Amino acid sequence: MQRTTMDLWVGIFVIAGIGALLVLAFKVGNLGTYSAADSYVVTGSFENIGGLKVRAPVKSAGVVVGRVTGIQFSTDTFDAQVIMSIDSRYQFPKDTFASILTSGLIGEQYIGLAAGGDEAVLKSGDKIMKTNSALVLEEMIGRFLFNKASEGDGKEKAGAD
Amino acid sequence: MPRRIVIGIRGVGHRVIDSIWRLGYASRFFLLTMLKSGTSLRRFGLIIREVYFTGVLSLIIILVSGLFVGMVLGLQGYETLQRYGAESAVGTMVALSLLRELGPVVAALLFASRAGSAITAEIGLMKATEQLAAMEMMAVDPIARVVAPRFWAGVISMPLLAALFSAIGVFGGYLVAVVLIGVDEGSFWSQMQDAVDFRYDIVNGVIKTCVFGVAVTAIAVFEGYDASPTAEGVSGATTRTVVTSSLAILGLDFVLTSFMFRGMS
Repeated sequence: MQRTTMDLWVGIFVIAGIGALLVLAFKVGNLGTYSAADSYVVTGSFENIGGLKVRAPVKSAGVVVGRVTGIQFSTDTFDAQVIMSIDSRYQFPKDTFASILTSGLIGEQYIGLAAGGDEAVLKSGDKIMKTNSALVLEEMIGRFLFNKASEGDGKEKAGAD
Repeated sequence: MPRRIVIGIRGVGHRVIDSIWRLGYASRFFLLTMLKSGTSLRRFGLIIREVYFTGVLSLIIILVSGLFVGMVLGLQGYETLQRYGAESAVGTMVALSLLRELGPVVAALLFASRAGSAITAEIGLMKATEQLAAMEMMAVDPIARVVAPRFWAGVISMPLLAALFSAIGVFGGYLVAVVLIGVDEGSFWSQMQDAVDFRYDIVNGVIKTCVFGVAVTAIAVFEGYDASPTAEGVSGATTRTVVTSSLAILGLDFVLTSFMFRGMS
């Protein structure tokens, strides 16, 4: 085969391969939509994080504004410290409310931020003061059953009187 | 009776020593290839020629199998996910399974049987027809002239082939799920982009393919160079290339996966 034809084919092959990588990065992956390049880090302490995982999204009004970058257990306060990195395009007031929510009934868990009314904004290293723990299904069912049982007790007593 | 036991134990020892000797020989050969790659990297035309034979000519099989693997993943993923009403997650499933596992592993297996066997057969036949010996007579180092360009061509081609495999696989999944079955296109792509992380999923996949590329081509050139110079020897070496590199790919994949994706989401 001619040397130039071979060079052409190899060139096409290499360009197509790199193109495929770029397609994977931008169309399939999240490189185009979210970059962690310029972001600030805030922490929040939660009583119970349920099934929250590292890399879970941080959303506000349903829009992804950041990612969970770390989860630690604090032995001082005996609760979970969640470290979030938030895109610096989005500034949140100091009294922002963070809660752990679930997308759908059995979907993944994420952190939902609801903006407060404070003038000052959260800066890197700040701590979110107002948090709301994850709903744990077992605890809810347990509380529900307990309430039902005590209701039943009350009725029985009323009948005996 | 004791004599027979002694012979049996001796046989075990012989095999162990043989295989360790061969492993050492292969490592020395690999090191030698590395040391002598300098000259072949300077004559880049040789590597381009080999990229044509190992990479460009493997394109058809890689693209066709990638398309079909993606289509099958789309079908099966839809079948299972629609039971839970989560059929829009089929894009996530197709993309993650292709990028993390199937893309690198299946592309490497195909590469081993398509290009690795060809490299072994070529080098083995060169040895059998005494071309390698003739080169040495002319003071041309066969490792620098024949082995190193093939090795580097395989290392270059493998990640590109696997990237093409994954990309066309995702396209195949899209064809089946969105065009054929009618999953919503917007949620197909957006859920996929939400779940696939560039560093975590794509870069790890590329690292895997680079490791597989080195392993497959190193095994292929060694088996070819080590083949006994007969018709039987070359055919045996070709078989050994495919078997050993397939096992190496699957074993390395397990090791790499357990390091990369341990205990995370």
